[in-house]
Amino acid sequence: MARMTMIEAIRDAMDVKMTQDRRVVVFGEDVGYFGGVFRCTQGLQAKHGKERCFDAPINEGGIVGAAVGMATYGLRPCVEIQFADYVFPAYDQITQEAARIRFRSNQDFTCPLVIRMPTGGGIFGGQCHSQSPEACFTHVAGLKVVIPSNPYDAKGLLIAAIEDDDPVIFLEPKRLYNGPFDGHHERKIVPWAQHELGEVPEGHYTVPLGKAIVRRPGADVTVLVYGTMVHVAQAAAEEIGIDAEIIDIRTLLPLDLDTIERSVAKTGRCVIVHEATQTSGFGAELLSVVQEACFYHLEAPIIRVAGYDAPYPYAQEWAYFPGPDRVGRALRDVMEG
Amino acid sequence: MAVAARKGASASKGAAAKTTGRKGAAAASFTRDEDLLAYREMLLIRRFEEKAGQMYGMGLIGGFCHLYIGQEAVVVGMQMATKDGDQVITGYRDHGHMLACGMDSKGVMAELTGRRGGLSRGKGGSMHMFSVEKHFYGGHGIVGAQVSLGTGLAFANHYRGNDNVSLTYFGDGAANQGQVYESFNMAELWKLPVIYIIENNRYAMGTAVSRASAQTDFSKRGVSFNIPGEQVDGMDVRAVKAAGERAIAWCRSGKGPYILEMQTYRYRGHSMSDPAKYRSKDEVQKMREERDPIEQVRRRLVEEWKVGDDELKAIDAKVREIVNGAAEFATNDPEPDPSELWTDILR
Repeated sequence: MARMTMIEAIRDAMDVKMTQDRRVVVFGEDVGYFGGVFRCTQGLQAKHGKERCFDAPINEGGIVGAAVGMATYGLRPCVEIQFADYVFPAYDQITQEAARIRFRSNQDFTCPLVIRMPTGGGIFGGQCHSQSPEACFTHVAGLKVVIPSNPYDAKGLLIAAIEDDDPVIFLEPKRLYNGPFDGHHERKIVPWAQHELGEVPEGHYTVPLGKAIVRRPGADVTVLVYGTMVHVAQAAAEEIGIDAEIIDIRTLLPLDLDTIERSVAKTGRCVIVHEATQTSGFGAELLSVVQEACFYHLEAPIIRVAGYDAPYPYAQEWAYFPGPDRVGRALRDVMEG
Repeated sequence: MAVAARKGASASKGAAAKTTGRKGAAAASFTRDEDLLAYREMLLIRRFEEKAGQMYGMGLIGGFCHLYIGQEAVVVGMQMATKDGDQVITGYRDHGHMLACGMDSKGVMAELTGRRGGLSRGKGGSMHMFSVEKHFYGGHGIVGAQVSLGTGLAFANHYRGNDNVSLTYFGDGAANQGQVYESFNMAELWKLPVIYIIENNRYAMGTAVSRASAQTDFSKRGVSFNIPGEQVDGMDVRAVKAAGERAIAWCRSGKGPYILEMQTYRYRGHSMSDPAKYRSKDEVQKMREERDPIEQVRRRLVEEWKVGDDELKAIDAKVREIVNGAAEFATNDPEPDPSELWTDILR
C-alpha cells in the first residue's frame, strides 16, 4: 500500500495495464513528452516507449476517431482529452461511432476505448475549464460513464475501464486531483496523504463498473452524489448534524439502482447533488429513477442541488459552486418536507 | 491604435502570394514615427503582461493566465497595417491583442482580476473579452475554435459589401484542429477576406512543433486549398507590418484568404503553472538577447533616429503610469454582484 494523490493513482492504473497488456496505448495532447497538463501520464513514455505513450496534435475529433479505429482492430486505447470542456469536437466520434460500433456491427466489432478527461470546477478556470458535461454522455446509449471521487476508486475504476470491452467516458474531478475538497475553499488544502482513501494498493485491482458505494451510512436521508460533491455532501451532513446516508454513485452509466433503491426505501428522503448545471443534468435522471422505484417510500419531495443554469463564471466562482451551505440547506429542507 | 492602411505594398503582393512558403521580402524600413509608435505599443504590452504576472503571483489573478511576452511584434505590426473596421479575433493568449486594438488597459486588467469594471464584468476572465467599438471579437478559450468564427466575420464583410478584413489569429497548436481546414476550404471557395495569422511560438503548451505537426512550415498549410502563405520574422515588427500590408491588400482586392506564419517566441511558460521544462533556459535567453522585438526597435531609435535618453524615459514613464493605473483599478474595483451570475445569458 502507498499513499497516492489521485493523479498518481490514475497514472499507476495506466502503468499497471500498460505493463500487463501490450494492446494498451496512451495518447493525447501533451501526454507523451510533457506528461499531461495535470501530470497524469508523467513517466509513462520513458517507461513504456514512444510507441505506446505519445503526443497527439491538438485535434480532439481526430484523437477520438483514431482511437475508435484502433479499438475496433484489437488495441485498447486510453486517450486523454486535456479538459472535459475540450471534448466537443470529438462528440460526434464518441456518440455516433464509439458508442454504436457494437450495435451497428452485430457485435462483430467492439470498441474497448477509455476517454479520460479532467472535469468540474473549483480552480478559477472560467467557462472553458470548469464544466461538468457528464449528462452529455449519460444521454448516449452504448457508453459507460465513470466519475471517481478518490485515489483508491480512481485506480480501480480506471483499470476496470481499460479492461472493459465497451467505450468508457472516465471523468476525473480536477479539484480532487491533489486532495479531498469539501467546498470550504477558504480553508487549507487537505492532501490525500491525510485521507484513508488516499491509501492505494500496489499492482492490479479493480473497482467494478456499475457499482455505487455507501460512503457514510445514515438513517435520515439518502444523498445521491458523485465526484467532488461527495466530499462536499459529507461535510454538509456533518456540519448540520443530519444522519445522512451518502451514496457515491461512481458509475453513472450503467447505474446501480439496487444500492440507491435500498437506501431510499430505508430513509424515505432523497437529496441529489451535482456540480453540473441543473436543467437536464444527471440529477434529473436520478430523480426520475428514484421516483419510479421508490415513490411509496418517499416522505418528502426529492430535492436537487446543482450548478445554476448559467455559464461557469470566472468571478464569483464560490457563489456559483454548490458548496456545503447550499447542500446543508437542502438537507434541512428535505427533513422538514 | 488605428493606423491607416498603406497602399504601397500592392505591387509586390502578387509575387509574394505565388511564392507560398518562402520568407517575405526583407523588412521595409520604418519612419521615426513608426518606430516610436511600435516601441510604445509593444512596451505597453510587455509592461502590462509583466504586471499581470506579478499580480498572479500575489493571488489577485486566479486560474489561467497566458502572457504574450516575446510575441509583441506580431500583433503590433499587424495593427499598424490595418484600418479602422478590420476585425481581430484570437485565442486565449489575448491580452496583447486587446491592448494593440486600443482597448482600455483598466478594463482588461480588471477582467483578469474578476472585477465588475472588467470588459466582461469579471465573468469571462483572462481568455474571454470583447469590444464592439474596437472590432475585437474575443479571446476564445477553446483552442482553434476562433478560426471558424474569424472566417464567419469575413463572410459577413463580403456579404455586407464592405472592404474590412478579418484578422484571425491562432497558434501552431491550434493549426492542427480539423475546423481550421474546414475554414480554409470555405474561405477560399467563397473568396473571403480573412488573414489567418498563425503565431508559431514553437510550443503548443509543452509540446514542440515537431512533436505534433507533420508539416512544420505553417505557411504551406493552405496549399491544397490554393491559399497563398508566407513565413514572416515575427520578432521584427517591420517585417510583420510589411507582410500584413501584402496580405491585407490581397484580401481587400477580393482575392480571398491569405496565410501568414509569424515565427515568434514566448518567453514565459504556456500559462502561469507551466514549469517550462520542455526547453532549455539557454534557448529562452538566446532569444531574449538576440531577437527581442522591443530591443530591436529601441536600438534603432537610439542609433538611427538619435532619440535621446530623456524621450525614451518619458515613454517608459508614460507606459508605467498606464499599467500602474490599470493595476490599481483592477485591485480596488469590487467584484461583480452575485446576481450577475444570471445576467447576459438570454435576452
